[in-house]
Parts: sequence; C-alpha cells; structure tokens
Amino acid sequence: MGAPTTSAAKRTSAAKPASATKRVRGPRESLFSRAGAMLVMAICTFYFLVPIWWLFVAATKDRSDFTSSAPLWFADFNLIENIAALANYRDGLFFQWMLNSVLYAGAGAAIATLFATMTGYALAKYAFRGRETIFNIILGGVLVPATALALPLFLVFSQVGATNTFWSVFLPSLVSPFGVYLARIYASSSVPDELVEAARIDGSGEVRTFFTVSTRLMMPAMVTIFLFQFVTIWNNFFLPLIMLRDEELFPVTLGLYIWNSQVSQIPEIRALVIIGALLSIIPLIIAFLGLQRFWRSGLGTGAIK
Amino acid sequence: MTTTVARPTAPTKKVKKRAVTKNRGAVIFFITPFAVLFSLFYIIPIIAAIYQSLLTVEREGTFGKPTEVFGGLVQYARVFQDDAFWQSILRVAGFGVVQVPIMLGVALLLALLLDSPLVKGKRFFRLAFFAPYAVPGVIAAVMWGFLYSPNLSPFTAITSEINFLGADLVLWSIANVVTWVFIGYNMIIIYSALLAIPSELYEAARLDGASQARIAWSIKIPLVAPAITLTSIFSIIGTLQLLAEPQVFKSFTSAVTSTYTPNLLIYSTASVPNVNLAAAFAVVLALLTFALSFTVLKLTQRKAD
Repeated sequence: MGAPTTSAAKRTSAAKPASATKRVRGPRESLFSRAGAMLVMAICTFYFLVPIWWLFVAATKDRSDFTSSAPLWFADFNLIENIAALANYRDGLFFQWMLNSVLYAGAGAAIATLFATMTGYALAKYAFRGRETIFNIILGGVLVPATALALPLFLVFSQVGATNTFWSVFLPSLVSPFGVYLARIYASSSVPDELVEAARIDGSGEVRTFFTVSTRLMMPAMVTIFLFQFVTIWNNFFLPLIMLRDEELFPVTLGLYIWNSQVSQIPEIRALVIIGALLSIIPLIIAFLGLQRFWRSGLGTGAIK
Repeated sequence: MTTTVARPTAPTKKVKKRAVTKNRGAVIFFITPFAVLFSLFYIIPIIAAIYQSLLTVEREGTFGKPTEVFGGLVQYARVFQDDAFWQSILRVAGFGVVQVPIMLGVALLLALLLDSPLVKGKRFFRLAFFAPYAVPGVIAAVMWGFLYSPNLSPFTAITSEINFLGADLVLWSIANVVTWVFIGYNMIIIYSALLAIPSELYEAARLDGASQARIAWSIKIPLVAPAITLTSIFSIIGTLQLLAEPQVFKSFTSAVTSTYTPNLLIYSTASVPNVNLAAAFAVVLALLTFALSFTVLKLTQRKAD
C-alpha cells in the first residue's frame, strides 16, 4: 500500500482537469448543488472560526472595553499591554507553564516517535516468534484511553514516591501505541524489502539501514506520529491534574484551568485567562500549518487499513 | 494447487527463520525501548489498579490505624450498587448516542464536499475546519464558557433567552464544545481516506451519468468505511472518558456536579481519598470502553466481509 501518498498527490494535481471534464459531463451538477455546497461550507466556516475570532478580539481589549464594546469587533488595541500584564503576573508564571508544555510535548513526542517508529518498523520488517502477540497487546493499548490510565499511573508513582515531579508527567507520555500501529502499517507499505535487502548486501547493518534509509521513507508517518503525540501531550489534562501539586511544574492547560476556576474570587484574572488561552493555541496552530504537507498523507495510511 | 503453493512457501519459511536468528539483535534493539516503557506505564499500572481494587481498608475501632487487607470483590460490589456511577455512565451514553453520530455525520459530509468538484477554495476550508483541533479541550471549554455566559457572550440576544449553562442544556452545551473541537480532526481522517481512492473508480459511474451525490453514496462511503470505523472507536473512547470539558464547566455552572461523568466521579472518589473504590471504578470504566470499541470493530469488520 504505497498507494496513499502517491495517489493522493496524483489526485490533487489531477483534480483540475478532472473537475473540468466533470463540469461538461456531469448531468446533475447544477448551479443549485454548487450553491448548496458552498452554503454548507460558509455556515461551517462561521461556526468553526467565530469562537477563535472572538478569543482574538477579546484578547486585544482592556477590561472596560471587554464588557462595554462589541464582542466581535475591536475597540482600543491593547494586545501588547495585555501580554505584558500576563508576563508580570506572578513573575511570569504563565510563560513558565508554556515552557513546561513545550518541553513535555516537544521532547515527549520526539522520543515517543522514535521508539514507536523503531518498534513498528521491527514488527513490519522482521519475522520473529511472538510478533503478532506483541502487536495485539500494543493494539489493545490503543483501545485503553489515556484518562483511564491516569489513576493507575498515579497509584504506581505514589508507591515509589515520584508524584509531583516532572518525570511523573513526562515519562508516561513517551509511549504511543497508536504510533506503533501507524508505523507498522506505513513501514510495510513504504519500505520495500528489496531496499532493505540491497542495503544488507552493501554491508549496512540493520540499525544503520533503519536510520539512514528506512526513516527517510517513513518520514510522513513519523511526522504524523510526532504531531498527534504532541497534541495528545499538549492537551493532556487529567494526568497533570492528579500528579502535580507544584505550580512551577504545570503545563499550560492545567495552569489556565486553575486560573479559570479562581475567576470568581479574583475577577481581574479573567483577562489573563483570555489572553493566556489565545497564546496557548498559537504553538499548535504553527505546528499544524508548518507540517501539514507531511501529516495529511501519513494520516491517510492509518485510516485505510 | 497444494503442491505449487507448498513448494515456494517452504523455502521462504526457512529463509525467514534464518533471518530471525541473524537479526535477533536488531529486533531486540528496535523493540526494547518501547517495550520497557509500555510495560512500565501501561501494563504495570493496569495490574496495580486491579490489585488496588481488590483491597479494602479496615480500621481497628473507629479511630484505629487503617490497614489495607484483601477484600476480594467488595469494591466491585460497591461499584455495582453505586447509583451515581451508573447515572454518570447513562449520561455519557446518552451524550455519545447523540453527539457521535452528529459529529461523524457532519465530518463525513464535509469530507465528501471537500472531495467533490462542487467546492472551491478547498485549502482554506480544510484549514478553517481543522483549526479548532489545535485548541486543547480545557481551553475550548473555557472559551465556550464565555460564549455561553449571559452577560459576556457576543450572542447576548440568544444567551439571555436560553440558559445554555442550566441543568437542562449544559450536557448539550458540552456536546457542542466536543463537536466543535473534533469535527475537523475526523473530517481530515475521512478526507485522507477519500484522497487515497483511485479516481478511475469514479470514471465509469460518471460516464453512466451518476451524480456526485450518487457517487458519494455508492462508491465513496463504502470505501472509506474503515476510516469511519476508526473515528467511531476514537469517539466512543473519548465520550466515555469525558473529563476536561465538564471539569471546566463546573466553574461556570452548578449544574455540573462532581459525579457528572464517570471520570469526574473517579477523580473525586480518588481525592476523598478512597483509592480502592476509585481503582475499581477505573477498571470497570476501562473494561466498558474496551468492550464497546471492540464491539464496534467486530461489527464493522463483519459488515465489510
């Protein structure tokens, strides 16, 4: 199944002439259905983007404008002042949280991707006893949700006295069973046996072949695994919630949650929650935009089998 | 027939077996890091939780020192008698029965529209619909909490008439937040699967004068069934594990209690603390999730045969 990537690419490039012929031939592709389709798209765009637009606009307002001006349009532009206020509040605790999140999610997803790719590759390219058993156990792991594991993990970490540490949130995030599943499917379709064999004949060791040849072919899958593990860790809430007590260790989601629950006691914190919420989604949007070429083709592979 | 098949397979098996012994070191190298972490942070916690759930706390007298003793299935008996737990399960089940089909239905519709020649500006729409996925569940819930609130919302005309945070509607307000975040994600999975279908498959249908709707219904949807299965399973898991959104809504409205969803109940039970009962809840919930996902997988696989 090397098909997904190539055929996807082929079809996007072929899309224009194909739709041109369709316009001539397709008997029922009327203006009416075209307009209907565009209307659905417009309504959905509105639904998906208005909340984010509102957040952006709200983050640019000072406290009096927030309640007195039109919610969906700008008043005085105070974005920079608001960010400065956020940076000053409690010695920039918010930016410590952002840094923590980047560290948990960035380093965690990078290591998780490497380990998942290695395992998926081994499961795809080598025949060995117990291979299917191992794969089925890992597949079972895909069906066990992260939140169901949070409490058991807490029990284990408290047994060894390691709760409320960086490691208690970081280490569990290095495991990505879905990544192994994706890597296996992708490796069996996109890394030809002949190529591995050729590398062998050239005298390359198995490990060297993996790192120099196979990882290049598996790059779309690896970017996909990285991104989705990154998002999973970035969005993770339950695990830090039960593991961490020390504010300095919080990821940004937990920090903003705690602030939001304090709004009734400290009303001025509300503006910080809003500007913080806006800043917290920017890294993910950048990651998705920057890497979308890779992960879309990789994701298709996982969905087909 | 048998001899022709048997002859080529026998030698390949021998070759493969030799390859195993030759590459055992590589396989061990590739699999070990993941296997160690998977055991430490998936298998051991699950075993620990099952073990914890079989213990019960006994005190010598009312103020005596508590000791954990083996209690058999005492905790599970409590789980099955706990009305709040089953109510929370019923609540998320009702939530899932409504939310998952709506979300996946819209995701499928949008993916089909993106894949059809009816729509212009696909790149923009794809990004617009996917953008909410970059918003972590906690942050999305905070944002929508503001949007729902009667005095801060941009839509005060609506929110002053309808109480989205009241006991009647809050579950569906939460459903809307989850739908908002995940439609784009599911759409992309289905869309990637659509892109992987070779376009020659449509040509015959088009020559026969089939409309885009007919092609979608008779060709595209059956072919992306595996992708829909995958998204259904993830959605079921997500629904039963609902936590971050209701947890945030607790600070906006008193209609969300600490036993509102199974995971909230587990969290509040664990922080009482009654770790043994919480572990039993967690085990039952994980088994339910597992059973449901597995059922979906089997049902759809049989359909495909």
